Amino acid sequence: MADTPILLREQQYHEIKAVLARLRMEAEARIVFLVDKDGQQIAAQGDVGNLDTTSLASLVAGNVAATSGMAQLIGEKEFPTLSHEGDKESIHIAVIGRLLLVVVFDERSSLGLVKLRSKQIARQLSSLFDEILRADFDDMDSPFAEITDADIDSLFS
Amino acid sequence: MTFINYASREINCKIVYYGPGLCGKTTNLQHIFDATAPQAKGKLISLATETDRTLFFDFMPLELGTVRGFKTRFHLYTVPGQVFYDASRKLILKGVDGVVFVADSQEERMDANIESLYNLEENLQTQGYDLMKIPYVLQLNKRDLPNILPVVDLKTELQRKGEPVVEAVASTGSGVFDTLKAVAKQVLTELRKG
Repeated sequence: MADTPILLREQQYHEIKAVLARLRMEAEARIVFLVDKDGQQIAAQGDVGNLDTTSLASLVAGNVAATSGMAQLIGEKEFPTLSHEGDKESIHIAVIGRLLLVVVFDERSSLGLVKLRSKQIARQLSSLFDEILRADFDDMDSPFAEITDADIDSLFS
Repeated sequence: MTFINYASREINCKIVYYGPGLCGKTTNLQHIFDATAPQAKGKLISLATETDRTLFFDFMPLELGTVRGFKTRFHLYTVPGQVFYDASRKLILKGVDGVVFVADSQEERMDANIESLYNLEENLQTQGYDLMKIPYVLQLNKRDLPNILPVVDLKTELQRKGEPVVEAVASTGSGVFDTLKAVAKQVLTELRKG
């Protein structure tokens, strides 16, 4: 059996976006986004422009999964943060339970500031996400309960 | 793990193509990528070695259309087939919603198919899944080659639970979308169950 789906309601989505917007401002970052450990993007905030955030989310999750594998080989549970610094653009990733908080920043900010602000906001994001995970799929007015074979076939027509 | 966003009205599901080295997993994704309209797909990301063997994974997001007002997006992944990349394969199965096993129909690859299938069952278990319960399709690839086994023999050895079996030639695209459709249908049907 596959996992129970994650359901993100509209209000929760906007709450998460608001938290990310605050972090983006306080960390003076270009883009902030939240990804789950399986590589699904949950929300993004900032100057996304043409950036392929779907691919970035998948690669971030792959990166964290690979480094967690390395951590376990040397006796650590996981590495809670990862940073990649480029000439102009840099990425900081913080692991918050099953969430990955990703901050893209340039020379207007610094790794120290991004780390500090990410840490300060981690608990708030964590409790918001716990609430999302507690939502019961059966209680939701699921649009898929009534899905028909014809609906599914129409996707491939 | 399926992710349903009510705010952006999107469903995202993860499908993993599994199978032995050189069976055609990346070729499946490459064909889907080539045959899909630009607005329905993202980039095809390939983390490959210099000799084009998959090192970590290939990834492409694919938007199939709208169901009940929700955009359905499938995230397609392949695993590295070579035996020694097992740690990577385990990681990629995390959060999977459906699996396609790409078998190489050539006689000399039968042992590799069987080994890879056992490896899939084991790695799914490690992640808390049961092959017998997860949406799953068996693709018999390379049906155009001269030294292939009959379909009935491959099914006897490789079919696990009456899953759909699709004959394919991924290099020409034959059977590629039928395979994707067969697994996507099962994933969406699971959503109906809740």
